[in-house]
Amino acid sequence: MATFKDFRNNVKPNWCPGCGDFSVQAAIQRAAANVGLEPENLAVVSGIGCSGRISGYINSYGFHGIHGRSLPIAQGVKMANRDLTVIASGGDGDGFAIGMGHTIHAIRRNVNITYIVMDNQIYGLTKGQTSPRSAAGFKTKSTPQGSIEQAISPMEMALTAGATFVAQSFSTDLKDLTALIEAGIQHDGFSLINVFSPCVTYNKVNTYDWFKENLTKLSDIEGYDNSNRELAMQTLMKHDGLLTGLIYQNTERKSYQELLSGYSETPLSKADLNLDQAHFDKLAAEFM
Amino acid sequence: MINQLSWKVGGQQGEGIESTGEIFSIALNRLGYYLYGYRHFSSRIKGGHTNNKIRVSTSQIRSISDDLDILVAFDQETIDLNYKELHDKGIMIADAKFDPKQPEDTKAALYAVPFTEIATELGTSLMKNMVAVGATCAVLNLDIKVFEEVVQEIFGRKGQQVVDKNMEAIQAGFDFMKEKLSDDVELMELEKADGMKRLFMIGNDAIALGALAAGCRFMAAYPITPASEIMEYLIKKLPALGGSVIQTEDEIAAATMAIGANYAGVRALTASAGPGLSLKMEAIGLSGITETPLVIVDTQRGGPSTGLPTKQEQSDLMAMIYGTHGEIPKIVLAPSTVQEAFYDTAEAFNLAEEYQCPVIVLSDLQLSLGKQTVEPLDFSKVEIRRGKLATEELPEIENKGYFKRFEVTEDGVSPRVIPGMKNGIHHVTGVEHDETGKPSESAANRNAQMDKRFRKIENIKFNTPVHKNAPHEEADLLIVGFNSTRGAIEEAMGRLEKDGVKVNHAQVRLIHPFPADELLPLVKSAKKIAVVENNATGQLANIMKMNVGHAEKVHKLLKYDGNPFLPHEIHTKCKELF
Repeated sequence: MATFKDFRNNVKPNWCPGCGDFSVQAAIQRAAANVGLEPENLAVVSGIGCSGRISGYINSYGFHGIHGRSLPIAQGVKMANRDLTVIASGGDGDGFAIGMGHTIHAIRRNVNITYIVMDNQIYGLTKGQTSPRSAAGFKTKSTPQGSIEQAISPMEMALTAGATFVAQSFSTDLKDLTALIEAGIQHDGFSLINVFSPCVTYNKVNTYDWFKENLTKLSDIEGYDNSNRELAMQTLMKHDGLLTGLIYQNTERKSYQELLSGYSETPLSKADLNLDQAHFDKLAAEFM
Repeated sequence: MINQLSWKVGGQQGEGIESTGEIFSIALNRLGYYLYGYRHFSSRIKGGHTNNKIRVSTSQIRSISDDLDILVAFDQETIDLNYKELHDKGIMIADAKFDPKQPEDTKAALYAVPFTEIATELGTSLMKNMVAVGATCAVLNLDIKVFEEVVQEIFGRKGQQVVDKNMEAIQAGFDFMKEKLSDDVELMELEKADGMKRLFMIGNDAIALGALAAGCRFMAAYPITPASEIMEYLIKKLPALGGSVIQTEDEIAAATMAIGANYAGVRALTASAGPGLSLKMEAIGLSGITETPLVIVDTQRGGPSTGLPTKQEQSDLMAMIYGTHGEIPKIVLAPSTVQEAFYDTAEAFNLAEEYQCPVIVLSDLQLSLGKQTVEPLDFSKVEIRRGKLATEELPEIENKGYFKRFEVTEDGVSPRVIPGMKNGIHHVTGVEHDETGKPSESAANRNAQMDKRFRKIENIKFNTPVHKNAPHEEADLLIVGFNSTRGAIEEAMGRLEKDGVKVNHAQVRLIHPFPADELLPLVKSAKKIAVVENNATGQLANIMKMNVGHAEKVHKLLKYDGNPFLPHEIHTKCKELF
């Protein structure tokens, strides 16, 4: 059986020292081993940006696509081979700006994949512009007077889009994050995990200390019930979204694959491509 | 007796115009006639003039006709917009309900038949199109029994009574018209057809069927005219094969999802029209640099932007050849008949896997939507070739080394593995990368990978890159076209030959890489060249000049008003060259 070390490769990440993404990488590697995966049965699909490089730093099949499109690629992979474990990942710009259309629709489609967003509230790779997660007033190179746009609330947005698994974590909470990724992988449907992953170079506001001060663990909220969507929404609003833990899970709604009529129970990628002549003749006869 | 007939039915969109044409065509196709249909429609659901022009012949035809024999009109607008197509002995059959007025400048006769009234008396005005079909039969001296089978198929589910009523409506239309036709009217009786069973389908049907035959089991697409029929067909048929279609949130998702599925080893398709292809361009580049097979159908329509969404045009050519930023190897196919649309789509899946690059199957609105008679498709001609896709177990790689998915090889094609295969782990990225897929910006690596990728398509093998009909060693004129212009060119060629002009014809099926070697002998042996295309700038002509030279001989024969070429237009314009 593979251990987390088997999910390490010999590529050195080009992230800045102290970047939150290192922990996310480690958490994915641990979670993959903990759920009993072999490296060849995991496909990590990532977007563009610092965090998008993650698919190259894990010893598994990896696809580093185009900006904002990790989700459609990942869903295509999963549709082709339902036996693979598919993780899509990228930054908050990738998932909530250029790729937001895909995020919303992947949530409501509910294909059985896990989406991990490394949320640093800034554009890092392009050297410090505002992101859709930047708070109002946040000053960057592209918002020298401070952002006058409202920040997106990804967890609330996911709940309204019909998400079946909504979780949030902080990159330093390696143990909790690993457990959430495991739960996400095991969830039958689309799982969204937003991870606060501080950018130590360009975000001097939302720092490790800032998060430590402002985040509330759901496990510390008495009586919290993560199967209660209404409560999830209320709690998120009360805490301005700054919660960590499994916010909401719906285990009743079936995944896209389960609902899809006629969909092969074995991976499509292993299916025989040949039609038999009789099948073809029947199809052709419909045009006569 | 006549050997071909041109019939048009028109009215307001949403009035059942299509079903009138459909019933008429299916019945005649089953008698063994060759049909060719063209739908004029607007980008709206109800209202607006629509018509369906159907040509019937005892021999193969692939073009709409220059003129019209019979016009069936459900409103005055249909008469006003279309009567000029009628020849002097043409006939208009119009619903008496709207009190049709005879235009002054035509000798074609107008007959008012109470389509709606007769239908209403029989039970429902919805059957007015059946009355119109019956009235047509009287002019053709065609036994209405030929419609029994089709009416049974269409209305059988609704019960025998509905079937009988519809047949009664056809009979009533026939009787009324027969009574009304004066004795001196020449009936348009068609010569008997050969009774052979042939297919009756649109190009999009053939594209979808070709994909199924080639083993395509997944499609991701976004609805758009004139491509939607492809996804609609596959949505119906794929579940029986375990596959599926996802209607995506947008065109970019459609292309990238298809890339993901192909990467993971399924033959996956996406299809769209110009606006969608514009949005897919970045994804096409991703397929190119990651060497992920991808088959994309582009059913061209009037552009740019939303342009003429329901009209014929062939103006995406340059965009399909060059589209995406940067440079990638790419293959562009352009079938010119429905049969070719079937075979070429199937072959596109082989080429995509063998050369590990995007393959665009170019169609146009007329080919995609023009319903026509098609000779039986030979399924045995469809092969499945997957190129260098690994099927055996792979040897272990030491020290967590990655599989050389982008290995520099002599033919440029690298071994391909799919996720799930042990010892095949590698990285895939749209960033320039080394043989294992790891990002690399080194100049030497860049050259090696670029050269390798382009080497792949240096010698691509495609069965018939150019459809040639070249009876002359030395020709006065070479006519060149692509996609649906073939039929009109063929008819114009026949007429030019009768005029004494020696004509060769080349219809380009492999647009890119351009088959210059195939065309060069024809170009050299022709005094003049007419490149026929539905666009304003002469895109194919320009590509020919670039690749084959002989620019001084090339004349652009262009039409970009939204309508397909008519044979007489090509005939006339070609004659003007001499």
